[in-house]
Amino acid sequence: MNVTRRQFVKGGVAAFTVTFAAPEFLSDLARAQGAHVRNLVVLYLSGGNDALSMLVPYNDPFYYSRRPTLAIPAGQVLQIGTDSSRVALGLHPRLTGLRQIFEQGRLALIQRTGYEGQSRSHFLGTDIWSTADPNNSQGLGWLGRYLDTLPSPVDPLIGWNTTGAVPHVLQSARTAVPSISNPATYAFSSPNSGAEANAERLAAQRVSSHLPASRPELAFVYGSTAAAMATLGRVASVAQYAPSVTYPNTGLGQALRAVAGAMTRDIGTKIFYVTTGGFDTHSGQNTNAANGTYFNLMATLNDAVFAFYSDLQNQALLQDTLVVTFSEFARRINENGSQGTDHGAASTMLVLGGRVNGGFYGTAPNLTPDPANPTLENSAADVHYQIDFRSVYARVIDNWLGADSTRLLNGNFRQTNLTFV
Amino acid sequence: MQRTPIRRVEHLLRRAGFGARRDEVDVFHDASLNEAITALVEYESIPDDVDANIGKAGFLGITTRGAFSPRTNIVDARQRWVFRMVHSDRPLQEKMTLFWHNHFATGYTKIAGTIGAAEATRYMAAKASEDPGRVRGQIEMLRDNALGNFRDILVNIAKDTAMLVWLDGRTNTKAKPQENFAREIMELFTMGVGNYTEPDVYAGARVFTGWNLTTTGGAVGGAQHQEFFYNASQHDTEPKTFSFPIYADGNNTIPRRSASDGMQDGLDFINALAANPNTGRYLAKKIFRFFVSEFRDPDPAFVERIAGVYLSSRNDMRAVMREVLMSSEFWDPASIWSRYSWPVEFIVRALKDVGWSGFSADTTLTPMSNMGLTLYDPPDVSGWNAGQTWFSSGAMLARMNFASTLAANQKFLLAGASKSVAQTARGFLAHFMSELASAPIDSEVSNEWLTYLTATGAWTGNDTQLQSKAPGLVHLIAGSPEYQFQ
Repeated sequence: MNVTRRQFVKGGVAAFTVTFAAPEFLSDLARAQGAHVRNLVVLYLSGGNDALSMLVPYNDPFYYSRRPTLAIPAGQVLQIGTDSSRVALGLHPRLTGLRQIFEQGRLALIQRTGYEGQSRSHFLGTDIWSTADPNNSQGLGWLGRYLDTLPSPVDPLIGWNTTGAVPHVLQSARTAVPSISNPATYAFSSPNSGAEANAERLAAQRVSSHLPASRPELAFVYGSTAAAMATLGRVASVAQYAPSVTYPNTGLGQALRAVAGAMTRDIGTKIFYVTTGGFDTHSGQNTNAANGTYFNLMATLNDAVFAFYSDLQNQALLQDTLVVTFSEFARRINENGSQGTDHGAASTMLVLGGRVNGGFYGTAPNLTPDPANPTLENSAADVHYQIDFRSVYARVIDNWLGADSTRLLNGNFRQTNLTFV
Repeated sequence: MQRTPIRRVEHLLRRAGFGARRDEVDVFHDASLNEAITALVEYESIPDDVDANIGKAGFLGITTRGAFSPRTNIVDARQRWVFRMVHSDRPLQEKMTLFWHNHFATGYTKIAGTIGAAEATRYMAAKASEDPGRVRGQIEMLRDNALGNFRDILVNIAKDTAMLVWLDGRTNTKAKPQENFAREIMELFTMGVGNYTEPDVYAGARVFTGWNLTTTGGAVGGAQHQEFFYNASQHDTEPKTFSFPIYADGNNTIPRRSASDGMQDGLDFINALAANPNTGRYLAKKIFRFFVSEFRDPDPAFVERIAGVYLSSRNDMRAVMREVLMSSEFWDPASIWSRYSWPVEFIVRALKDVGWSGFSADTTLTPMSNMGLTLYDPPDVSGWNAGQTWFSSGAMLARMNFASTLAANQKFLLAGASKSVAQTARGFLAHFMSELASAPIDSEVSNEWLTYLTATGAWTGNDTQLQSKAPGLVHLIAGSPEYQFQ
């Protein structure tokens, strides 16, 4: 059936109404639940990140011949070593902070992650990465399914989406994860003041606990309202957060600042989802020039992530935090006529945090344009996957979240050599 | 003549418009259902003079920073569109324009980053009649074709300046074809994912090689602008073969053509996509979710019937929408209140229900963005996710807070208008629940509202009490979950 991502997770809505409840003591409950759960920050590079410009195989002659205007000269990349296939690799020149983290042994670069028959559609691709199910990408998100394994009732603030609408990956049967882009505006206002305003807030609070069980769609909106009313106070405390470093004034920087604030204030959130966009670089990708499109994307990524990493280090939270990035696909090896790159396949994931075993995982592609080249696909146009992305998720689920990946991913994707955490 | 019941008029105008002003209810109530639907779909018989009322007393206000310039200032363009949604007497034209905006979702931010804010506004929002170079922005093109022929809309969109920037068609050349537009026209604009292959994307990109932009118009007086231009020297003249038929005889190959004739490749391709049965089904499903219901999967019979009208009418969206609004699925009791209101729909309906006197369209824009929707700036080419994804807790708070802002702004008018029904708290509550129609309210909820009315003192109905309770109650009702549906 030709389904679209707009179709709702029906089972999710129905189940939600039956089990949702938001008692006042949830914050304590979350802390109790969270005693053995660590912070997970999933960072989505939206649009299809050109992994070959982020982690450059700078000695591969085909990297230069296939990307005449986009290739970054070997002398400019941040050379950080060779992987197990002896391919010399370098980070994009703007990723100076990530290089520091790599040198501290806390950044894992997981190369050629993807899946068989990787979708080149942004939307299908994102759904697949969100559900971890290439065959049925319309179900609940893999993080949503994780939330569903937690003892009921689940604190709505157990998860926090920092940008835009709640993403597919956080769609859960039982928990309405809030989207809070700016803690400062996450507040209840009233046309009145004083006792009148208090009476209104009390009425809104009481109404929000209503459960129209026979109307699941309405119940979903009640769930959002209840989640809002139940989390106002805790989120307000995050708005007061004074970080130990200055975060860049970018969407990503401010989102990660709020994440650090939530962690520091210990408001009970364990799963954070952050999106940074602009990676759909079909034209004018401009990897090299200062203020070029891709150069700026790397600057945004580097500066925000490094500020976050440093802040957590100062707050002694680094050991409790794991950051995992993904993108729906990487991009075509050959540049197109618009000094950009079209949709491709396997990509490089970044994993960083205080308990990460840094280094290279997987091997770089060989860019020789030979249809028989096993590291490439699509007549050697795109990078072929080596590590199933679900194996990365499995490691995170088993070794970080402490859940059972075979259950959450519907299969055993464990790979013993993926020891990044 | 049979009049249309008020409840039906309201359902019709919530879906085929943005709710009903009192004068709209009266007009449609006096018509039969058939006449009402005809008035909606054959809107050309109604004068398109709504813009002339901008700035006049009695209408939603506009906030200007210097001269009001919706042609070059995106904030002003957004204000103008909200104004039209409130005051246009062609509600379905505005609703379809929003539908197409989401369907051909083009984002101002990328265009502004590429060619500058004023030019980007122009190619998104300018009216030809107000632009020195006669530039017609994308949304104006969609408004002009709101119930036009879908094939014509596709041709227009393929030549649209904003689209050529947004999906990079302006750089599509024969040496290195650019796949972005070719992929999305199949995946998102016509047949849908699963009905084309990766090689189709590569062939489609070659079809549109040379569909670029050129600068034209005199440099004096601001007439200079960029517009579509078929660059024959950049067109790939080799044949292009697809996995689906291109021609009526089933032939799936666009033949080799001379460069000068090569623009026909793109027109053949668009004709094929418009005529493909999967396009009819794709549009029918999308229309079902936008106009009929989000609470159930699109009824297969509906999809086949609407797709049939689409094909038999040769892609006439007016015939399609007439069929939709007349359909039993549209009027099925299960369809009433079965659609999550978009942020802009919630805001405009609240303005129509609560009032707009002394309120500015500008005041709606930041709240609308906080609710997840910025006009002229969808998040990506697939448009807004809609449905339950509008309802994160942060976005729900933004809705509640907009209700508060509007209620505070209208408090004296609300208090004054409720004076005659303020003998009892119960009557006062009934008045506002009727003014702000919503999905059915359970008695547990209305009882809480009743409790609220006397929470700070016994009911007197005096002016002081009304001036706090009227806005307070409107805030609670417009901010309620039930009010977020249409």
